[in-house]
Amino acid sequence: MTSEAANTAAGGSTATGTGADTIVDVGTRGVGADVGRPDGVPKVQGRFAFSSDLWADDFLWGHTLRSPHASALIRGVDIGPAVAMAGVYAVLLADDVPGCPTYGLEHGDQPALADGQVRYVGEPVALVAADHPDIARRAAEAIVVDYEVTEPLTDAEAAPTAAPIHPDGNVFREITIRHGDLDVTGEVTVEGVYEVGMQDQAFMGPESGMALPDEDGSVELFVSTQWLHVDREQIAACLGIDEEKVRLTLAGVGGAFGAREDLSLQVHLCLLALHTGKPVKMVYSRDESFLGHVHRHPAKMWYRHHADRTGRLVKVEARIVLDGGAYASTSSAVIANASCFAAGPYKVPAAHITGLAARTNNPPCGAMRGFGAVQTCFGHESQMDKLAAALNMDPVELRLLNAIGPGDRLVTGQLITGTFPTAEVIRQCAYAPEAEIPLSDDRRDLPGGSGRTTDAADTVRGTGFAVGFKNLMFSEGYDDYSSAACRVSDGVATITCACAEVGQGFVTLAQQIARTELGVDEVILAPAQTATIGSAGSSSASRQTWMSGGAVQAACREVRAQILADVAAEWGVSPDGLVLRDGLVVSLDGQQEALLAQVTAGAGYEADVEYHHAPTEALDENGQGNAHVSFACAAHRATVDVDPDLGLVRVRDITTAQDVGRILNPTQAVGQIEGGIAQGLGLALMEEIVLDDGLVRNASFTDYVIPTTLDMPDVTIAAFVEEPEPGAPYGAKGIGEPPTISSSAAIAAAVRAATGQDLPRIPIRPADIALG
Amino acid sequence: MSDVVVARSLDEARGALAEHPDATVLAGGTDLMVEINRGLRRPSHVVGVAQVPELRDWSIADDQVIVGGGVTYTEMMTTPLADAAPALAQAARTVGSPPIRNAGTLGGNLGTASPAGDTLPVLAALNAQIVVVGPDGERRMALDEFVVGVKRTSLRPGELIVRAEMDRPTGRQEFLKIGPRNAMVISMAGLALVADHDARAVRCALGAVAAGIPRARDAEAWVSERIDWDNGAGVDDSVADEFGQRVAAASSPIDDHRSTAAYRRHAIAVLATRALKRAFAQGDPSDA
Ligand SMILES: Cc1cc2nc3c(=O)[nH]c(=O)nc-3n(C[C@H](O)[C@H](O)[C@H](O)COP(=O)(O)OP(=O)(O)OC[C@H]3O[C@@H](n4cnc5c(N)ncnc54)[C@H](O)[C@@H]3O)c2cc1C
Repeated sequence: MTSEAANTAAGGSTATGTGADTIVDVGTRGVGADVGRPDGVPKVQGRFAFSSDLWADDFLWGHTLRSPHASALIRGVDIGPAVAMAGVYAVLLADDVPGCPTYGLEHGDQPALADGQVRYVGEPVALVAADHPDIARRAAEAIVVDYEVTEPLTDAEAAPTAAPIHPDGNVFREITIRHGDLDVTGEVTVEGVYEVGMQDQAFMGPESGMALPDEDGSVELFVSTQWLHVDREQIAACLGIDEEKVRLTLAGVGGAFGAREDLSLQVHLCLLALHTGKPVKMVYSRDESFLGHVHRHPAKMWYRHHADRTGRLVKVEARIVLDGGAYASTSSAVIANASCFAAGPYKVPAAHITGLAARTNNPPCGAMRGFGAVQTCFGHESQMDKLAAALNMDPVELRLLNAIGPGDRLVTGQLITGTFPTAEVIRQCAYAPEAEIPLSDDRRDLPGGSGRTTDAADTVRGTGFAVGFKNLMFSEGYDDYSSAACRVSDGVATITCACAEVGQGFVTLAQQIARTELGVDEVILAPAQTATIGSAGSSSASRQTWMSGGAVQAACREVRAQILADVAAEWGVSPDGLVLRDGLVVSLDGQQEALLAQVTAGAGYEADVEYHHAPTEALDENGQGNAHVSFACAAHRATVDVDPDLGLVRVRDITTAQDVGRILNPTQAVGQIEGGIAQGLGLALMEEIVLDDGLVRNASFTDYVIPTTLDMPDVTIAAFVEEPEPGAPYGAKGIGEPPTISSSAAIAAAVRAATGQDLPRIPIRPADIALG
Repeated sequence: MSDVVVARSLDEARGALAEHPDATVLAGGTDLMVEINRGLRRPSHVVGVAQVPELRDWSIADDQVIVGGGVTYTEMMTTPLADAAPALAQAARTVGSPPIRNAGTLGGNLGTASPAGDTLPVLAALNAQIVVVGPDGERRMALDEFVVGVKRTSLRPGELIVRAEMDRPTGRQEFLKIGPRNAMVISMAGLALVADHDARAVRCALGAVAAGIPRARDAEAWVSERIDWDNGAGVDDSVADEFGQRVAAASSPIDDHRSTAAYRRHAIAVLATRALKRAFAQGDPSDA
């Protein structure tokens, strides 16, 4: 039970994940156990403090004036009427940004405040601080901006050849993957054009935060975000001050899903606080939130699949166009993902894939759960069904025949060295017994739900299947390390890590890891901040369990080694014969034991580590290279009832199997899977930002609809496929994104099966079915 | 800042409105507070009517149902009101979520007068009279006189919606509504249909497919002659289908971010056909 793993990330301040670990001591509250979230009950009871609940003495409210135009020149701004209003403390424009005028995660092309030009509806133009939120809002409305409206560029396909709408041009990135013999053709080919609409992350807690100025010119910012240190870097650059003078602390996050990876109000709050010398708070309204963060890239995808007569894939050709909107955000990484994973989790000997992420005057798009893989999964899975039909083959068998696994190569030429159980995931999901789902007499269980539109006789049923995958961690040579510190004194462990808890469960996991590694029960997780600990990287890319989990594990192991070394010296034994468990230091021969609380009384056993994943490389001009660290796949089988006359859909069941490496907390794993499927269902059937010449037509939860409990079916988890991933702490893979990747495609396939229609676009709208 | 009066009786409400005829009435606030919070409305005077007992009254007679302006959706969904005006209960069940249904009222739905207001087609199909009181006393109007455009009513300054008086026909009632998800949606197209066996008439009104709440009067007249009122036999498929087309002709939908005109017109035809078949189906009605 306590045989120690050999590859403790020993000593030094840097650890790299190598080799699979064995779980030492699951216990009841350690790794693998069903430990409840510490913030779960407070959230349910309404006692959890979100970033919108921040309060300070004598603070001001900030408000942002945004562009009503998708494209316009700013000929002049008159802030006079706003400044003149009682209660207004500051009105700031682009000229008031003291440092770098622009920011950005990958390219700093986005103005902190628009300077002379606006490029999307909602672009921040001016800031107001006032002593009441209504006054701040009215003052912002009183600012007179003289716009010269110009024709917006809203077609991503036309963008590369259109007049540049930004000095950096209209192309964020073009990528070409050439793999294998491109002259081969298949005996059977199928072609299709697919589209994915613009999805929003639709988190519940709108952007909010509070900045507090200090007399020394530094500023403290409490904010809900996904990556404190990269925020700090960009904020400090815009403010023109040293990073040390910007201190961030994570405030309660109400969901993220990628939408908090880019800056929103961070720079604005700090500018206003430093300018007024007072704490400043901002909370976006729901409408503003829809304009204030990036969305999922809408995609247009052309595909041609080649196979031989037995169904073996011979070649995949694809062209993917993503609309990146007005600013770069993470577009270049998203198009890389979309392109690298465009062929799906299949062995494809030859591939020619081109990807384009273009700049338009639409709202900026960036990170969202699934990050490029969602769009192309809809494409490749639609194609696999089409191919199966052309071959007169069972679609699941076709997928199994081509399923990728260890020893195979991706279309980027990368050899799969870790676990990648595509075939097992497909089998577990597709061959799971189908639940009996009787057609209900209760109209609320039928398409149309509470609207009473549909009787059982009006429906047809269909089942669809899809499988998808994506990378874990950042790619293409990026070293997205994480840092963590562990301190043990008086038998209590304190973990410090800047990992942003955005709902994924790190708060629970960090404690579980410390318990397992240190044999303690009480673990304190210190607030996530930038002042005393290094970067944890982003809470995105399904990476924090691996990266920050790995950092916490390494820090704990270093502390454990220190403690055992001291005790061993005192007892005159080898530290190899000692373990920590149940709050004790115990010798394996059973001869000696001591209370950890005593051993560490008043002591400060501490370690501060950086944890890095194995390095990756850039893609070459043919899109070839070992660009990714690790992969995870999942499969979904959807059963739907469709009312074809009205085009209404009711999803009755989703069965899934997922490649998880190792489950570290079963309840949290189920939560990620159910939530991810809900988001995939939303994309399949209802969630879309509707644009009209760059104008968002549905910036509210009245009109941007997300699934309710009446829309979400039961989720059957047929299997967690647990094949421990070498190099990953405890062998665990990230599990947050795969549920979102193929669930949309499976639902679309089920609707096609029910109706016999092509339905090449998601979300599938009622009119697409009823009038299609 | 608004000046708020919380009225505890109809007289108090009338008094407050007489004093400030420009005042805005606040009932459940599920429409008004959204507009205030968004900065779309800044009323100088507000008269709260949620605690006016007279507005929360309802009554059921043999041939009539009277529902006060302050009656909530939750109350409309509860027996005996739900049994006396089934389509009203069905419509109420589609409104928002439980908290919205606990707060939102019939008077508020009327006051907002959105084409997507879900009770409005029901009131139109049940020949409702809307009763209002104001400085000049009481006035009564049919729904098409009350709702005069998109979110426009013929309420005069200082007037209060007191109640709606609707028929209680002997036949079945149906309300059907389409939205982009299975609950908690603003209507893309809605329809109320009632069968009045005594009057040998079918009445049908439409939501979210016109500037107002149109009654499909031509289709009503056409189909009323084709129903076998004496024997209670079901409706022929061909009659039901043609009825659907005729009802759809009474709509004048638009393209917007929620749907297209073509889909709405098509959907109204399907809903009308189904509603008619249900209203004259053999056996027990399904009120699910
Ligand atoms: C989340 C959500 C979901 C919703 N879903 C639906 C839906 O599915 N279907 C639907 O139809 N509506 C829906 N609504 C809108 C709203 O709930 C209804 O229109 C409701 O009936 C409004 O009633 P209220 O009592 O809240 O009105 P309030 O908001 O208090 O008032 C609305 C308007 O009516 C006026 N008014 C209210 N009472 C009177 C009176 N007695 N005399 C004169 N004027 C009066 C007010 O001055 C105001 O102009 C939804 C709203 C929300 C917030």
